[in-house]
Amino acid sequence: MEPIIQARNLTKTFKGFKAVDELSFSITPGDIYGFLGQNGAGKSTTMRMLLGLIFPDSGEILINGSRLSNSSRHLLSGIGASIERPDMYGYLSGWDNLRIFAALSGKPIPSSRLYEVLEIVGLRGREKDKVKAYSQGMKQRLGIAIALVHSPQLLILDEPTNGLDPQGIAEMRALVLSLSRDHNKTILISSHLLYEIEQVATRMLVIHRGRKVVEGLVRELLNPDETLVDIQVAQGEQLKDKLAASQWQTHVTAITHNTLTLKMNTAQVPELNRWLVQQGALVSAINSKHSLEAYFLSLTNDKAAPDRNI
Amino acid sequence: MIKLLRIEIYKIFRRPRTYISFGIVLAIAFIIQLAMYSGGKDFMSFGMQGVTEQFDVQGNIINGYLVTYIILQSLLIHIPLLVALVAGDMLAGEANLGTLRLLLTKPVSRARLVLVKFVASVVYTLLLITWLAVTALLISLLIFGEGDMVNLKSDAFIVLLKDDIMWRYMAAFVFAALAMTTIAALAAMLSAFADNSIGPIMTTMGIVVVLTILTNLELPMFNVIKPYLFTTHMIGWKGFFDDPVPLKAIANSAVVLALYTVGFLGVTIAYFNKKDITS
Repeated sequence: MEPIIQARNLTKTFKGFKAVDELSFSITPGDIYGFLGQNGAGKSTTMRMLLGLIFPDSGEILINGSRLSNSSRHLLSGIGASIERPDMYGYLSGWDNLRIFAALSGKPIPSSRLYEVLEIVGLRGREKDKVKAYSQGMKQRLGIAIALVHSPQLLILDEPTNGLDPQGIAEMRALVLSLSRDHNKTILISSHLLYEIEQVATRMLVIHRGRKVVEGLVRELLNPDETLVDIQVAQGEQLKDKLAASQWQTHVTAITHNTLTLKMNTAQVPELNRWLVQQGALVSAINSKHSLEAYFLSLTNDKAAPDRNI
Repeated sequence: MIKLLRIEIYKIFRRPRTYISFGIVLAIAFIIQLAMYSGGKDFMSFGMQGVTEQFDVQGNIINGYLVTYIILQSLLIHIPLLVALVAGDMLAGEANLGTLRLLLTKPVSRARLVLVKFVASVVYTLLLITWLAVTALLISLLIFGEGDMVNLKSDAFIVLLKDDIMWRYMAAFVFAALAMTTIAALAAMLSAFADNSIGPIMTTMGIVVVLTILTNLELPMFNVIKPYLFTTHMIGWKGFFDDPVPLKAIANSAVVLALYTVGFLGVTIAYFNKKDITS
């Protein structure tokens, strides 16, 4: 299957700082392609290059096999995008914003399609309100409606959950999955949160300091044996010796006054809990998550990373 | 192209601040009309002191044509600011708002986007000049009536017969529109270099003020460059109130302004075509 987008050896430098360095990847139809990296890793710069907003110093971008340049901007008609903040004309209504950007898509779009995308993103009924009165979540949704309105093959969503409350994040995640499943959209989505990517993406690329660290299927990259389990327990330090002498010895990564942290497969958690109870420990909470930070740091080999949101 | 232009014009006229310009023109015209209505006779007596000593001047001196001429002189520095308010916002305002990156993810060529935005700015400029014509000329004629117009110059005074004036104003407004289009092109060019519209608006005004001072300074060292300054030619509209009308000089000024406009626009497109959109 021919990739929708191929990025070949993209490099971009800003005032001596290499934001993107020889980055290559491709996105094939049907992918929900997660683009993961810390803040400042080069995600947005790469996405802007894919959309012709920023010109690479070297390398090339192929959209459906054709090279993207200033003279071939028509290739962008197959792409819809929401880059960083969902900024729009606040003094206009949601409907006006949608109508304006629809008119720029290069093909006639009937009002029925505008209503359809408003329905998809859950803004039907609020389209006549001025955008300045919208919440952040509504703006994000309108941004996706604008990206969707001309029925593009590929959606590029840059950190679409930024600034949203937990409910908004869950709704956005459901929307992204629905766009892929129900509307057959190929999606490139970026985040600095591995958890977010894990929830929606089928494939992912990890970028660090502008360079590709790893790329592949999410289920293969996120090893279930690498789950971090935090156990809230009273006087955890007293369990230190018992843990050292137990079968869990090799799993322990940290012990503090109230928390034990072990790296393990989630299937082992009930067994661990039973063992702790048998040792007389008072367990108040167990939280499991992928050892995201450890995973990322193992990939980047950069323990001094300043912003570790992964 | 027409569709994009309609969108741009729609965006301009949906912003409340667009109407501030029309309000300012109305206010300035009204203030001058009021001042001339209440103290116009004293003003003209003072201005024509030297003339009345040698000539017997009779008739409706303070008429609508004269008041309009005074309004136009007063607005010389204000209209460029009002034009820059919109044209300077053209690209930088979109960058500041964050909508520029969304616009440029669409399959529209950057050159076309610049042209459409510029044409929309010109439409605004033409409407502003038309508004000026209505508020200054028509209202002044309604209040003060018609009459022969006395054009006082530093070295001469010219009397234009009332039946010979209206065409001069129409031509002057067309010329003013061309001059303001040059200002719009300058502001648009500066707008392409910025991500905030305050900079281009202030810089446009700064350039106009500095070059206008240079144009008016009677120092030999500046005489060499004066013919090349667009501000020298912006006041070409005054030529229509000379007798005879210096058509050659006016045409020369129009060509210079047109060349400046094309030049500014060319630089805008060339730069914007290669600009990284990081806003």
